[in-house]
Formats: sequence, C-alpha cells, structure tokens
Amino acid sequence: MSTVDIDIQSAADAHGHDDHHDHHEQGFFEKYVFSLDHKVIAKQFLITGILWAFIGGLLSAIFRVQLAFPDADLTFMKPLLGDWIDAQGKMDTEFYLAAVTMHGTIMVFFVLTAGLSGTFSNFLIPLQIGARDMASGFMNMLSYWFFFLAGVIMLISLFISTGPASGGWVIYPPLSALPQAMSGSGLGMTLWLTSMAFFIVSTLLGGINYITTVINLRTEGLSFSKLPLTIWAFFLTAVIGLLSFPVLLSAALLLIFDRSFGTSFYLSQIYIGGEALPNVGGSPLLFQHLFWFLGHPEVYIVLLPALGITSEIISTNARKPIFGYRAMIGSMIGIGFLSFIVWAHHMFVSGMNPFLGSVFMFLTLIIAVPSAVKTFNYLTTLWRGNLVFTPAMLFSIGLVSLFISGGVTGIVLGNSAIDIQLHDTYFVVAHFHLVMGSASFFGMMAGVYHWFPKMFGRMMNEKLGYVHFWFTFIGVYMVFFPMHYIGIAGFPRRYYSFTNFDAFSTFTDLQIVISVAAFITLAAQFIFAFNFFFSIFKGKLAPLNPWRSNTLEWTTPRLPGHGNWPGKIPTVYRWPYDYSKPGSKEDFIPQHIPFSQTPESNTDMENELGKLEEEEKKDLGKSSESH
Amino acid sequence: MAALLLISGVVFLVAILALIYRIFTLVSIAKGSTKQRVSSSNKINAILFPVLFVVGFGAIFIYSGIASENFLPAAASAHGSETDFLFWLTMAIIGVAFFATHLLLFWFPFKYQFKESRSAYFQPHNDTLEIIWTVVPAVVMTGLVLSGWMVWTDITSPAPKESVAIEIMGKQFNWEVRYSGKDGELGKHNFRKIDGTNSMGIDFRDPKSIDDFIARDIHLPKGQPVLLKIRARDVLHSVFMPHFRVKMDAVPGMPTQFWFTPIKTTAEMREELSKDPAWQKIDPDTGEPRYKNFNYELACTEVCGSGHFAMRKVIIVDEPADFNKWYNEQDSWASKNKDYLSSIGINLDLADNQ
Ligand code: HEM
Ligand SMILES: [Cu+2]
Ligand SMILES: [Cu+2]
Repeated sequence: MSTVDIDIQSAADAHGHDDHHDHHEQGFFEKYVFSLDHKVIAKQFLITGILWAFIGGLLSAIFRVQLAFPDADLTFMKPLLGDWIDAQGKMDTEFYLAAVTMHGTIMVFFVLTAGLSGTFSNFLIPLQIGARDMASGFMNMLSYWFFFLAGVIMLISLFISTGPASGGWVIYPPLSALPQAMSGSGLGMTLWLTSMAFFIVSTLLGGINYITTVINLRTEGLSFSKLPLTIWAFFLTAVIGLLSFPVLLSAALLLIFDRSFGTSFYLSQIYIGGEALPNVGGSPLLFQHLFWFLGHPEVYIVLLPALGITSEIISTNARKPIFGYRAMIGSMIGIGFLSFIVWAHHMFVSGMNPFLGSVFMFLTLIIAVPSAVKTFNYLTTLWRGNLVFTPAMLFSIGLVSLFISGGVTGIVLGNSAIDIQLHDTYFVVAHFHLVMGSASFFGMMAGVYHWFPKMFGRMMNEKLGYVHFWFTFIGVYMVFFPMHYIGIAGFPRRYYSFTNFDAFSTFTDLQIVISVAAFITLAAQFIFAFNFFFSIFKGKLAPLNPWRSNTLEWTTPRLPGHGNWPGKIPTVYRWPYDYSKPGSKEDFIPQHIPFSQTPESNTDMENELGKLEEEEKKDLGKSSESH
Repeated sequence: MAALLLISGVVFLVAILALIYRIFTLVSIAKGSTKQRVSSSNKINAILFPVLFVVGFGAIFIYSGIASENFLPAAASAHGSETDFLFWLTMAIIGVAFFATHLLLFWFPFKYQFKESRSAYFQPHNDTLEIIWTVVPAVVMTGLVLSGWMVWTDITSPAPKESVAIEIMGKQFNWEVRYSGKDGELGKHNFRKIDGTNSMGIDFRDPKSIDDFIARDIHLPKGQPVLLKIRARDVLHSVFMPHFRVKMDAVPGMPTQFWFTPIKTTAEMREELSKDPAWQKIDPDTGEPRYKNFNYELACTEVCGSGHFAMRKVIIVDEPADFNKWYNEQDSWASKNKDYLSSIGINLDLADNQ
C-alpha cells in the first residue's frame, strides 16, 4: 500500500524553495489551544464533536431504556441520574423530556452542525482550494472558542437542580417561556438560550470565513467550475447558515424578552399556576415561523456537507468521475434555495391558515426533485465503476441508502393531507433520523475515515472500520426503520410511556428490539473511538496519497505544516474528477497536472488548452526573469 | 466497587482492541509485500451488500405483515378514508422507488467491485438520462401534490352549518370538553374568568353560557359533521384523535378548529374488530377479547410538560338518536354549580327566565 506516487510528489516539490515560512517556534498554547491554523481548529471541532456525540448518544440510551421497559425498576441508574430516579425506581417524567430535548439539541447543533461543518469546512476548504489558511485565522479561532463556550454552558445546564431545557429541541413557547409550566423552563432554558446565542455567533464567524475564503483564496486556475463538490457543498452550507441563523437569534431574543422583561411576543391569554397572566396579543405561531425559518434550512446545513463529502469519496473510490457534476451543483443550489421556502411544512396543523398549508405543500414536494436527481447521480457513478471499499466508501454508500430511505418518507410527510395523521408521531422521528440524523452522521464518519491520513499523518485501521460500518449500518436500520411502524400505528413522539392509551399499548416487543439495537449500535461506536484515538498515535504512517485521489490536499506533505505547502501552491488545470480517463496510464489524474503533460488522454479541446498552458508558461518565465 | 469494576472492564476492553489492532496491522504489513491495490476484504464487503439486501428486504416484507396487526383500524371518519388512501398510495410509490434504487445500490457494489484487470467507465454525464430522471419525479410529485391538495382543501373548508359544535380546551394535563346545551350555541369564555371551579373560564354573563354542559367523555353523533372548537389555557397542546385521523394544535390566545364526520359508532367499530384475529386476543387485564373494550381515544401530540403522555379522553360515537338522548339528559354546568354562580353575582333562576 505504500506506493508513493513519485511523479505527483515531484510536481509539488519541483518548486523547491520555501517562500512562505517564517520559522518561529510556537508554544503549546499557540499551537494546540488558541491556534490560528485551520487544520488545528478543524481537529478541535472534530474532537469536541465526537465527545458531544457520545453525550448525545448516552442520553438516547437513557430514554430508550425508559421506552423499552416502562415498568422496570431503574434504580440501577441512580448513580448516574440521582434524584431524577425516584425512590420507586421510576424515571422522572420531566427528566425524560429533558433528556430528549438535550439529545436533540446536542445532536443537531453540536454534533452535526459544529462537528461536521466545523471540522470539514475548516480542514478541507484551504487544502482543496490551494490556500495557505482561512481568510481570517483569528475569526476562525474565535469561532471555535465561541462554540466551546456554548458547549460549556449547555453542559452546565445538564447538572443544575431544576434540570436542563425540556420543551423539545424546538423550544416552542409558551412552554419554554414559563417556568411555571415545567421546571426545565427556568434556569435550564436561560442557559439553553445563552448557549445557543454563543453557538450562533460561532456559526456566523465560521460561515463568513468559509465564504470569503472560497471566493477569494482559490489558487491559480481553480475556477468555480473546477471546484470539488465538497467545497461547493461547504460554500452553499455556509451561505444558508449565514442567512438563517440570524433569524433563530432574533427568535431567541424575543423569547428572552418574553421570559425576562414581560413583553408579549409569543404570549397571550394564559392562565397558569393559578393566575391569569397579564400578557395579551402575542402569538406562539410567530415563534414557530421564525424557528422553522432556521429549522428547515438547518436540516440542509446538516446534510449538504455530508452529501459533498460523499460525492468526493464515492467518485474517488469508484475510480470514476462523479456523474453529472453540473447537475450535482445545480441540485445543491436548488436544494439550498428551496430550503428557505418550505419551512411551514412543520406547521400544517399548527392552526395557521390552511391556504398557507397548500402553498407549502407545493413548495415542499418540489424539493424532492433535486434530491432525486442527486440520488440517481450517485447510483450512476457506481454503475460500471471499479469500486474500492475503504471504510469511507462504505459509509458513503450507507449514506446514499439512508438518504433514500429517509428521503422518500419526506414525500409522505410533505403532503399536508397525510401529515394531519402523521405529524408529531414516530413516523416523523423515523423520517428525520434516517435522512438527517443517520445520513449526516454517516457523511461525517466517511469524512473522518477518508481524511484521517491527512489530519494525523497516519492510517486508521481498515478492518476495525469495516466492523464499525456494518454494525452501525445494520444498527441504525434496526433502530429507525421499525419506528415507521410505530408511527403508522399513531404513537405520538415525546411520550414518556404509552401504557395510558389502549391505542398505543401495542408494539411493546418492538420497543425492546429498537432499544437493544440502539444499545448495540452505540456500543459499536466505541470501536470507532478506539480506532480513532489509537491510530492518532499508533496508526501506520500514511502514504502521501493513500486513496489515489485527485484533489489538492494530497499534494501536501504527509503532515502539512503552517501554510500547508512548503513551496509554491500548485496551480490547478483540470476538474477534480479525471478518474479512469481513457488513454491515461494511471486511473487518476490529479487537478494540478497540466494538460500538456497528458497528451495520451486529452480530448481535442484539452489539447488546445495544453498548448495555451505551454505558451503561458513561456510568457511567465520571461516576465519573472525581467523582475 | 461498581466503579472499580467498570474501570477494569473498560481497561480490559481497550487492551483487547489494542491487541486486535496490532494483529491486523502486522497481518497487513506481512501481506503488503504482494503489491495488491485492494485486500481480500474488498470481496467480503462487496458480497455483504447483496446479502444485506436479501435479508433486509426479506425482514421488511415479513415483519410488515406482522406489524400491520397493530396498526390503527380503518378510519372512522369520512375524510380519514381519503387520507388513508393517499397515504397508502404514496407508500406504494415510494416503496417501489425505495426497492428499485436499493436493488441497484446494493447490487452495483458486488457487480463492480474492484478488479485490477478492469477499468471504470469514464462517463462524466449523460444529458438524456438526467432529463429523464428530473422529469419523471417531477411528474409523479405533481400528481401527488394535486391529489393531496384536493383532499386538504376539502378537509380544511368551512364547517357545514348543521355541524355539532364542541369546545375542546387543553390544559396541563387534561382536556375539558364543553357542549352548547339546549340553545345549540356555546357561550363566551374569557381566560380572566378562570379559577379553581370554573376551569374553562366560561363567561356566565353571556346568557348562552347558562345551558352549556361539560362532559366527562366526548360523545359524537354518527354521520353528522362535528366541529371542534379548540383552545388552550396555558401552553400548546394538540388534539389528536387517531382513529378519526384528526389533529389540530391547541394554541393559547388563538382559537383553532377542525371539522369532520364520524362514520362508525363505537359499537359498530367493536363489531367490526370482532372479526379481526388480532382483536380477538384475550386482554390479560380484563380477561375479555380486546375488541369488547375498544374505545376511541383523544391524545395530546404537542409536548406540554410532565403529564403530556397522559392526556387521555375517551370518545364515544353514538347513533344520532342515542346521541340526542344523551345530550338532553346532561345537566348544565351552571345548574350543577349554583353556589359558584351566585358567588359571582348571577342568579340562575332569573337567567333561566330570559
Ligand atoms: C443511537 C442513536 C439515536 C437514537 C437511539 C435516537 C433515538 C431518538 C428517539 C427515540 C427520539 C424521540 C424521543 C421522543 O420523542 O420521546 C429522538 C429524538 C430526537 N433525535 Fe435522536 N436518536 C439517535 C441519534 C440522533 C442523531 C444522530 C440525531 C441528529 C440529527 C438525532 C436527533 C434527534 C432530534 C432532533 C430529536 C427530537 C428531539 C425533540 O423531540 O426535541 N438523534 N431520538
Ligand atoms: Cu423542514
Ligand atoms: Cu401535550
């Protein structure tokens, strides 16, 4: 496996001298803590994201125990949960909701927004566009530390005596506005809002940076039409985030006013805790509109990077150009745009005007079209490929599967007439866990396995990767697929137990199956954790281009230092997907190889381009001599 | 002690994993000399996809049959049959798409697994194909949207004039249901009038309120449109009547509504279910077949606090004659709470004469 591609290597090394580095030694803090280097910041995001994923996973394990064994004595959890388990060994009902809420918040925002975008946008944007670093290293560092601060606050909220926020990750008021309504709406909610405010700042700082960097710092020759799909995805994600997160911030701000300063944005005609509140004129629906104006784009903020990552990985490991590069970009732009005008499909039965419901049903079902296009393009890329199953490739194929199985049920839910019955049932839980939770999670895993060699200069163990993949893939299907059945049977979500209702007293066995599958799937993640942390120190040394890939990051040294390329930044001549090009000796031609060097595989037009390159080089040579 | 056990367990596990890791690494180094681009694992992974396809779809196929025993009975409302039809139609379409795409997705890995001798087909795009698979989903979507839209507009159209109007109020953590009494009109309400006794905040200054009654169970007449006037007193709740395919949020400060027509009485539903083997099973709690005690239920589907999962109310659908009988037997809330009314300065006997 250690075949180093000499000629590729030399192309980068040819520009021998080091025109960039000001070799000064950095202290520990500068290097690993308050680092300005995008690669270190990416690793900070990744490792923080992984830790949060385990916390979020642990919470799901806790409430899955409750759902599978509603009558069991849970005293054994007392060491962990303390007073949340009462003397009879029953879980506190508000704690159940708190666990669900924290699980959702952590997974959506901390793991799959910060952990995914934060890691891979930071790591890959400069490396794949040929930049020394992000446009603003300082803002980038701030972005991580705001995220860190948000995390600390959220973590603290888990340990306060009144419990963390408990009204669901969507924190609908009035429930979230009134401490009288549930104990989690007191200090816990305050901390949630504070934490999210910092989180939004972090996202915005990161997003501005990603956008600026992609627009301004692309290396010579790298036009938008030659960008890897990863970069397109990160770019569009950042744009979506920049447009939608501020809306969440204002929604949160108005909620803070209602909670603390007696305003009535969301509150009206409420009688609670034995008294009528003075608030009149507000509307809980206003919050829902504002929330989902972010909330729906958020789904794509989580998903698009995963789609970008897997497009890249599938093309590389199918040894075949991504099918329909332009259609892929087009559909991502389409999805990005449409994601802003479908939000009210979460509100079909919220009491909003039914006419609005019709409009949003139309818009929602349109979004299925670009999604379908993406799926077919993935499939066609695999068709007649020469598939190498690295763990990253397996997770990418897994993503396509999950994207399909979760995506198709979106067509059901997007139909307002059908959604009357399914809204807020487990059918929804199944849908979004497959399409957004699992698919994005698989994209993240694929990315980690694929770029680990570039991040840490070592290889992760493949075999453990395979075991991890198959456990996880089968596991998530065992967990989330059966939830469709439970949803069709009408089981509402966020229910502590179902025994009160005749209609929902069935499926007790299936609940146990789901929970056991969830425990096993979670346990399998420790295989990954071990592989990840152990390989950082003990993994095999990575070859320069282990996956024989075309993109620029593989032209850097094994462990790129500050500034990424020791010499001149390579120039880009071609798109990133020249895999198995007819005529070419190797089954890949990296982006920085000029057409003039590959006459055997060029099309006529490319031969022309090759000639132009030669001429330009001559011109350049002349002008640099005259300096 | 437990902690010690836990820690030593974890240490043990990590040690084992480290050992496996070493072995894998050594084996791969030993094999590495044979200059192969992919290891033998490639073949195993390639085979596992079609295997999973067969096992997975087999399981889905078999289990769907078993699971359907536990699905809700056929819709008990007029519009419910339509939405159910749309649901299963859509499920069939996406089921086909799901199956077909997975057939390819799980077969290609096997068929096109890496071979040194072969090279991939260089195919950057194919415009015809792409147009086809943009247009086909677009057409299918249009069909689904249009049929969904027609049903949705019907359901959300204004309630017929002859509807029986019922007020449902959600509060932490139960539902209160008010009927309009003999005059057929619900009296006003005001959240400032709520107190320990008058939990719905009925405004008894409005003469229409005097004959309103509050019922323990929800009774509905079969075959007659029913209009639910929905409100909430404290936080969001959501009225969910799964058997009728009815759902609508209850929003403080913003009344909402939903109208529908029940088409099967509770007795008829029990009769129908008695033919279903799944419902003939003996319920261990009552010692009787399950269908005998079947009841329509009302649940809450918007998280509203600690008791969210327990906001149950029984719904009983009667033949119109039985419904009217029941309706006329109910005493008005005012007549049952004369003391309360006089305490707020209303003399019921006078009001009756109005
Ligand atoms: C082993 C992994 C997981 C399991 C077993 C699991 C299970 C569940 C279940 C059963 C619920 C519903 C609980 C209820 O409604 O009472 C839930 C809620 C949720 N999960 Fe997960 N989940 C997992 C991973 C994830 C991931 C990766 C995401 C990321 C998107 C995620 C996001 C959410 C969200 C947003 C909610 C809704 C929270 C709310 O209602 O406020 N979950 N999860
Ligand atoms: Cu949405
Ligand atoms: Cu509720």
